[in-house]
Amino acid sequence: MATTTQAQPILSALPPASGRAGFGGTLASEFTKIRSVRSTYWTLLVLLVVSVGIGAAITGGTAASWSHMAPSDRASFDPTQASVAGLFYLGQLVIVVFGAMTLTAEYSTGMIRTSLTAMPRRTVVYAAKATIFAIVALVVTFVAAFISFFLGQLLLSSTHDTATLSQPNVLRAVVGSALYVTLCGLFAFAVGAILRHTAGTITAVIGVLFVVPILAHLLPQSWYQDVDRWLPDAAGRALSVTVGPPPGHLFSAWNQFAVFAVYTAVLLVVGAVLFLKRDA
Amino acid sequence: MIEVRGLVKQYGAKIAVNDLSFDVEPGHVTGFLGPNGAGKTTTMRLILGLDYPDAGTSLIHGKRYAGLAYPMREVGALIDAKAVHGGRSAYNHLLCLAQTNNLPKRRVGEVLELVGLTEVARKRTRGFSLGMSQRLGIAGTLLGDPAVLMFDEPVNGLDPEGILWIRNLMKALAAEGRTVFVSSHLMSEMENTADHLIVIGRGSLLADCTMEEFIARSSGQTVRVRTPQPDLLAKAVSEAIPEATRAGVATATTAGATTAGATTAGVTTAGAATARPTATTEADGSLTVHGLTAAQVGDLAFDHGVRLHELTVVRASLEAAFMELTADSVEYRAGEGPAEQPAPVSEGAI
Repeated sequence: MATTTQAQPILSALPPASGRAGFGGTLASEFTKIRSVRSTYWTLLVLLVVSVGIGAAITGGTAASWSHMAPSDRASFDPTQASVAGLFYLGQLVIVVFGAMTLTAEYSTGMIRTSLTAMPRRTVVYAAKATIFAIVALVVTFVAAFISFFLGQLLLSSTHDTATLSQPNVLRAVVGSALYVTLCGLFAFAVGAILRHTAGTITAVIGVLFVVPILAHLLPQSWYQDVDRWLPDAAGRALSVTVGPPPGHLFSAWNQFAVFAVYTAVLLVVGAVLFLKRDA
Repeated sequence: MIEVRGLVKQYGAKIAVNDLSFDVEPGHVTGFLGPNGAGKTTTMRLILGLDYPDAGTSLIHGKRYAGLAYPMREVGALIDAKAVHGGRSAYNHLLCLAQTNNLPKRRVGEVLELVGLTEVARKRTRGFSLGMSQRLGIAGTLLGDPAVLMFDEPVNGLDPEGILWIRNLMKALAAEGRTVFVSSHLMSEMENTADHLIVIGRGSLLADCTMEEFIARSSGQTVRVRTPQPDLLAKAVSEAIPEATRAGVATATTAGATTAGATTAGVTTAGAATARPTATTEADGSLTVHGLTAAQVGDLAFDHGVRLHELTVVRASLEAAFMELTADSVEYRAGEGPAEQPAPVSEGAI
């Protein structure tokens, strides 16, 4: 009997495949990963709330006290920078966590072993992860930047000292804040690839972005001015200024951004090499 | 078809895999056996390219794993069922795996149905029992309809029904002509499943043979005895001189004083522990005698006036043969003392 009856196949046949598994499929996979965990939504919601909320608090508070402000304070007030300050001061903290977790969460859960079994070409996995993270971070930071800017200007309308995107440097400051925060996230992603540990990565990145600049301030003034332009966070400070002369000791806004971009690129490459070479 | 050639992997000073070579053929369930820490998981990780070997190669269908066009269509591998993001649903977990290999979405539902997880497909995997996680992991291996399947300790955490299910699944997959490579540290799990065995200990190959060959090799036997006077018989057995060494002892006794016999017996015990007959009390009250034939035990009982209710020859279990084979390569072992003590039998225990 057993020899004559054909057993039911366990699995139905798959459509034949040509070529090989590559970047496209892994990109789709990484998007599924990022959209299918709640922490993504929480993190990005916090990013939006903190960025828009802090920006609104600063601009709303300024508008409320505008009549008591000294003329010199009014003159130096930067309505653009004030509106996006929440994003580039606190938003970067949130994006650092998000960026770090993109890779370190795979190590803490062990998912990386499953991921690399499904797609053993590690460069593909690394590139897809970084790409999806960058796209999601860009979308969210741009949304946060523009909401913060327009809400800030609305709250400042009573002061008649508001900015429009057509004014010099204003668009650069808004877009630059979003790009800067995204870059902070990629920076954390790369450090995460190197350290493979969530808490260690967040500590290290926050140390570099927040603590090092504070320590640099303790240096003698002339030393500080030499050092400051080489700090990663100087990019955010240079890009967001629209009123008054740019800080003299820094490079121009986009060059300052380029300094940070080069650091991030180097770390991304180091992270990629380690991701490729180390046992998973 | 998996081909492992001269695989070596060292972690610091510890050699996890030591010059390992073997083939895993299609159409069979191949059991990969070894005590904990023998290097089974490391070997599987090396085959999958999760770890890089210090020397040697492992090929699947003649290619390195990372070089396969669609890895999941050729190999389904489950190393660690808990290696998932607990915040992701079972469906999305499988979907993100399927997408990497451009597998159709409908496949996810199909494999969930196959492993019986359809009802919890949208639940986050954090709340899954180990058994459910194993099923999810197995579902993942089947996504690509692969010709080669690798499972690392797949029955861990499964209930008896689940163990039966995975046994039948592995047999059915092998019957379809697939290569099924499954690791375990328990021989009893493999006894009814595997056709072929690869046994390793301390990273080295100890045996690579069919199950029949392994059974034939492990020809050691014991005698089970039931008696109302177990203590008396146990004493008699422990004092009995095994057939093999009787001649030597007799010579010694003839040659010298009575103490010489005791000395020789002591030497025998230390030098060739297996040759010395022993009687151990089993949980059901019976005695298991090693090192004597049934006839010898019967004679011994008669000589000592011990009444016997049962006298049975028991062929050594595969588990015992496996433990004997790997005895020298067990990595972590409890103290010898307590293990030798007969287990106290109490009502309702175990």
